[in-house]
Amino acid sequence: MIPFLILLLAAGQTAPPETTAAVLAPPAPPVAVRAFDTPNDAGKSITLRWSAADTLARTWLIERTGPEGPKVIATSEPGETNYLDEEVKDRIRYTYRIAAVAGGDTVWSAPAAAVASTPQFFNTSRVNILIAMVIFFALVVYYIESAKKGKNLFVRRIAGLDAVEEAVGRATEMGKPIVYVPGLGSVADIATIASLNILGEVAKKVAQYDSALLVPNRDPIVYTVAREIVKESYTKAGRPDAFRQDSVFFVTSEQFAYAAAVDGLMVREKPATNFFLGMFWAESLVLAETGATTGAIQIAGTDSVFQLPFFITACDYTLIGEELYAASAYLSREPLLLGSLKGQDYGKMVILLTLVVGSALLLLSKVPALSFFSNILGFFSTR
Amino acid sequence: MHVSTDILTWVAVVLTVGIFSFLWKDNPFYKFCEHLFVGISLGYFISLTWYNAVYPDLFRPLFVQPLSEVSLGNKLLFIIPLLLGLCYFCRFIPRVSWLVRFPMAFVLGWGAGVTIPAVLQTSIIRQMQGTFLTPGIFARWDVFLWAIISFVGVVCSVLYFFFSREHKGALKVASETGIVFLMVGFGASFGYTVMARMSLLIGRFQFLLRDWLGLIQ
Repeated sequence: MIPFLILLLAAGQTAPPETTAAVLAPPAPPVAVRAFDTPNDAGKSITLRWSAADTLARTWLIERTGPEGPKVIATSEPGETNYLDEEVKDRIRYTYRIAAVAGGDTVWSAPAAAVASTPQFFNTSRVNILIAMVIFFALVVYYIESAKKGKNLFVRRIAGLDAVEEAVGRATEMGKPIVYVPGLGSVADIATIASLNILGEVAKKVAQYDSALLVPNRDPIVYTVAREIVKESYTKAGRPDAFRQDSVFFVTSEQFAYAAAVDGLMVREKPATNFFLGMFWAESLVLAETGATTGAIQIAGTDSVFQLPFFITACDYTLIGEELYAASAYLSREPLLLGSLKGQDYGKMVILLTLVVGSALLLLSKVPALSFFSNILGFFSTR
Repeated sequence: MHVSTDILTWVAVVLTVGIFSFLWKDNPFYKFCEHLFVGISLGYFISLTWYNAVYPDLFRPLFVQPLSEVSLGNKLLFIIPLLLGLCYFCRFIPRVSWLVRFPMAFVLGWGAGVTIPAVLQTSIIRQMQGTFLTPGIFARWDVFLWAIISFVGVVCSVLYFFFSREHKGALKVASETGIVFLMVGFGASFGYTVMARMSLLIGRFQFLLRDWLGLIQ
């Protein structure tokens, strides 16, 4: 019995002759190896694509031949069929070949046609963004021109902004300052730009009412811009002499140190009104809660979805996202800003119309004869 | 209980308690901690700006690296940001303080130019792509339901931000529906963010109870 079992085990460990042949067979080299300049990029990149001729390869070796001679630049998993070489120089021709490796065998493909990388001036995958920008700016320019010609442009009431006048008046009556926090973002944030526009209008009203304004800043560049805006607003209001150099000041760039300093400022100065308009992060509730304890009217606004709830709970008025962008036009009624606001509004209508019509056509693409409508989605993909 | 003997831990504890004392009321201890925090952070920021930005990106290539490493043409290019940066300091000299407007105009223009296409791509075009109703929504009833809710939510929320018409009639219904969607979203985000804040508070208490007092492991 035992010799029989040993015989069976020995037989189990011996591979059948067909399998041995399959393991020993060298893998087929990859086919259709193609190297081309990566499209829509800033250069210094070549893309390789190939097809596996069989499933024997355990890994791919990628070889690049340039002015410095042939060099294996990467190994790739067997499932991969493309590679991005980002270590090339522009306008130098390179050839590539790929080897299938299995066991001790390395079988090279024929070299792909020589290729050089170049930067592209125009990114064709972003044509949709260009079209959107053209539509958007055409609308803005059209409505700005309409406003300049004296056309009456209606803007609906925005409660938070109607309160600005009241808030400045309250500060004047109480003889207390107004604290304006232009957010913690940089000038590259749209919310900060919107906030700085509103600051100009608030500063004008402050100058007219002869109230005091305090603008603590976190970003040095925002500080410089805010200071110029406030100074100009005082001049526009006919009160350049009332502008105090130290009313707009830089605190620090560290988020929570800034929050601690503004908290201290609010508790000590007891302002009548606090404005928190711009880009905010985790300090939003710290600021708004402290401001609320001082009894000040608080008007806040941001486009940060995560901070809006805190402002809604702790402030008297909150400008939600787009309302913040609309605020400067609403307050100033200047044709340029009103036209821009109208342009944005009708831009939104274009978006809604595209969504409704696009969805209808995409749903129709379920009908085989109308399946070409499914290509609509491709237009909205970007890289 | 195993109270820490590390002097730095004690410094951190004193400052933590100092900042927490603001919960009681504004007091000299808080004022001290606040001013220390602002001062140290500002000093750190200046040092960071010099070593991470000004020196490696401007001063070194312009004044330290030889022509063999940075060509004359590139060196001349570095003079543009140098001059723009120096313009910021012009505001200390009243006669030429207007020069500060050049870097400001450049930064604002650059900011808008960089941001607008990026916002169009990420906040509008990508969002539209995700909102479209496609034949795939018929795959399951729950997919269908959520796609419709999402579509209606997007349309109504955008209509809430339409400022060119008084919100009356159908527009009022749509915008009020939109505000319901927004508030549901804000409620969810409120809960999520409060939890994150709680974890920050827990972290601070862990420091006090574990690193300082040794009461917890």
